[in-house]
Amino acid sequence: MTEDRVLLSHGDGGQMMADLIARVFVSRLGTGSPPGDDAARFAGAGRLAFTTDAFVVDPIFFPGGDIGKLAICGTVNDLATAGARPIAISASFILEEGLPVSDLERIADSMAEAAGDARVQVVTGDTKVVPRGRADRVYITTAGVGEVPPGVSVSGAGARPGDVVLVSGPVGDHGLSVLSRREGLEFESGIESDCAPLGGMVQALLAAVPGAVHVLRDPTRGGVAGALNEIARQSGVEIEIVESAVPVRPAVAAACEMLGLDPLYAANEGKMLVIAAAEQAECALSALRAHPRAAEAALIGRVAAGRGRVLLETALGTHRILDRHVGEQMPRIC
Amino acid sequence: MCLAIPMRVVSVSGPVAQVEEDGVRRDIRADLIDGVAVGDYVIVHAGIAIERLDPEEAEETRRLFAEMLRGSPEGTARP
Amino acid sequence: MEALRELRDPELVRRLAAALRTMKAPSATLMEVCGTHTVAIARYGLREALPAGVRLISGPGCPVCVTPQEDIDRFLALGDLHGVTLTTFGDMVRVPGSTRTMERARAEGADVRVVYSPMDAVAAAGRAPDDGEVVFFGIGFETTAPAVALAILEARRLGLRNFSVLCAHKLIPPAMLALLDSELRVDGFICPGHVSAIIGSEAYRPVAQRGRPCVVSGFEPADILRAVQLLLRQLAEGRCEVESEYARAVRPRGNPRAQELLARVFTVTDTRWRGLGEIPQSGLRLSDEFVEFDATRRFGVDVPPAKEPAGCRCGDVLRGLIDPLECPLFAGPCTPSAPVGACMVSSEGACQAHYRYRARGAG
Repeated sequence: MTEDRVLLSHGDGGQMMADLIARVFVSRLGTGSPPGDDAARFAGAGRLAFTTDAFVVDPIFFPGGDIGKLAICGTVNDLATAGARPIAISASFILEEGLPVSDLERIADSMAEAAGDARVQVVTGDTKVVPRGRADRVYITTAGVGEVPPGVSVSGAGARPGDVVLVSGPVGDHGLSVLSRREGLEFESGIESDCAPLGGMVQALLAAVPGAVHVLRDPTRGGVAGALNEIARQSGVEIEIVESAVPVRPAVAAACEMLGLDPLYAANEGKMLVIAAAEQAECALSALRAHPRAAEAALIGRVAAGRGRVLLETALGTHRILDRHVGEQMPRIC
Repeated sequence: MCLAIPMRVVSVSGPVAQVEEDGVRRDIRADLIDGVAVGDYVIVHAGIAIERLDPEEAEETRRLFAEMLRGSPEGTARP
Repeated sequence: MEALRELRDPELVRRLAAALRTMKAPSATLMEVCGTHTVAIARYGLREALPAGVRLISGPGCPVCVTPQEDIDRFLALGDLHGVTLTTFGDMVRVPGSTRTMERARAEGADVRVVYSPMDAVAAAGRAPDDGEVVFFGIGFETTAPAVALAILEARRLGLRNFSVLCAHKLIPPAMLALLDSELRVDGFICPGHVSAIIGSEAYRPVAQRGRPCVVSGFEPADILRAVQLLLRQLAEGRCEVESEYARAVRPRGNPRAQELLARVFTVTDTRWRGLGEIPQSGLRLSDEFVEFDATRRFGVDVPPAKEPAGCRCGDVLRGLIDPLECPLFAGPCTPSAPVGACMVSSEGACQAHYRYRARGAG
């Protein structure tokens, strides 16, 4: 009998687990490399980049994506911030007893599709099942290995006074799409998560303006404000952003106004901040815009000498400090 | 304590109206708006419409500020 | 509304700022009494647009800041009861009561849910009418109380026995009048646009009669600067009237349906404001007809009186007596991530607004 829900027995390390893995994961993601081994092996040359991530998004299915797609894209994008081409990903799953297997299959389908899109393989994985109530349906933890092409040196500490700040497209889509499905807040909007793998976009950019890209950062949790504050501190510089230059989709702006949120703090899962040498600003922007994932890329600010903070020029031309957000951004009445 | 935005009414069903702004849609309660109708703009706070936006007054405001932009002397306020 | 985006036009704001600077107004202290105005002014850096000599201060318009600690303690105590789900606006989640925040209580096992509308809390109760109690934290002023009133009516219509409200609503005009009795030096008021949509611009007549011009203002930058312009003009001309620059949303008598609803579901009562003390007839409690929805009556939780944290000067900030920057704790021990008082916790509190949106020169 084929079970339609994940049972504790599926975590048994025996036949039932093997069956679940074969049915859900192997059929979609492959057998690993070498097949069936616990540890993957692959050839890598040159400098390696290595990252790990955990994915606990709620709800697990949201407009524009799901936790599986997020897991692949998030990992690939972390590698991309080091300028690395992804080589391999591992994925481990913590499943809550009672999770419909069809949900798991849907997630695995998404992962296979995203991995294909990102040209990366999921080479190894693990599965555990915990009793009902001990996990929120499914958690995914990944690790990713990538290869940094020769001559590429990108780091959060690399921003220099005079550099320009670019963003690869409109911000806030992911954060607002997830929020629009949260119980107690539901609203219709047509906003979809921007979840996408950006490895190809980054490689194209690095090839177009060799040596000019100093920092790459994907503004996930904490938004653009959070990411820029991290970079400003790491690099020991001041970053000034022009609010009216930051692209935001009208629906995202409207949803933020309705709920009292700020798009600069909302999460993105398919965007990259690029800090590059000023002399190459136009080329970098053109290279981004030429890529389908960055057609709406924009120049949003500059780096100046300073002490690890971010300034915002408001739509009215006045200035204020743009701090990291404290606590989770929540809908307000005031 | 006043976070509220104008949104356009796109449908009405009893006390519930669906409002829309730039593609964002939500059902809200419109009990407090006498004769609420499709096409009205209402001010939405915490899921209810607290008032209807008066199109003539809105136009008056627009005119006032447009004059200001043109550099003409501004008008007086309404009591 | 696309057409009203003009009210954020930088050029318009520049013109208004220029017009303000040419005015022959005496120096003046103007007070706004709305957390949303506090945020808008700070967020758009509107103080930079004011002429020298005009000081803009924040009053007790932040519902989070004026909610007494005991009310938060009571709400959290309800959450400790078995089977109770606490529902709240997001604004309150990180505000400390005497010993903990809602966020902390949730980490300790309380069921706390953020909602956008009190109707969502009623819907939650309706989904499981026999399962557990849903309590909603009714904070906010006259703008918000009607939404809570509608939620209570809906709960009655559905025959729900598991929905109740901890009513902590407050009224703005009595607080403004109480401020005038204190040592406060305020020359005029920017009145809250959406509270006014409910109560009407005429509601401020008693304040004007006490010698303070009032201008009802919307929330776009041009609205606020226009309101300042009208106030300065009144002061220069020696007038003392109630004016409105938000006539598109505010009628002189306000929204009669909303007022009837409030009168039916609530009764005006004396109430304590954090930082201001007791103000007569300045709050709402559930009326006799709806008292069954009063959470404190239904559950009878009792909490000890709360103490203000040592050195905290939120009360003086709320009364407009000092600027946040003048509080000795500001940005020292008291910051948004380690707040001492409510004015720093709340995203619309004067202290957090000053801190988060501080100008380039500072920090």
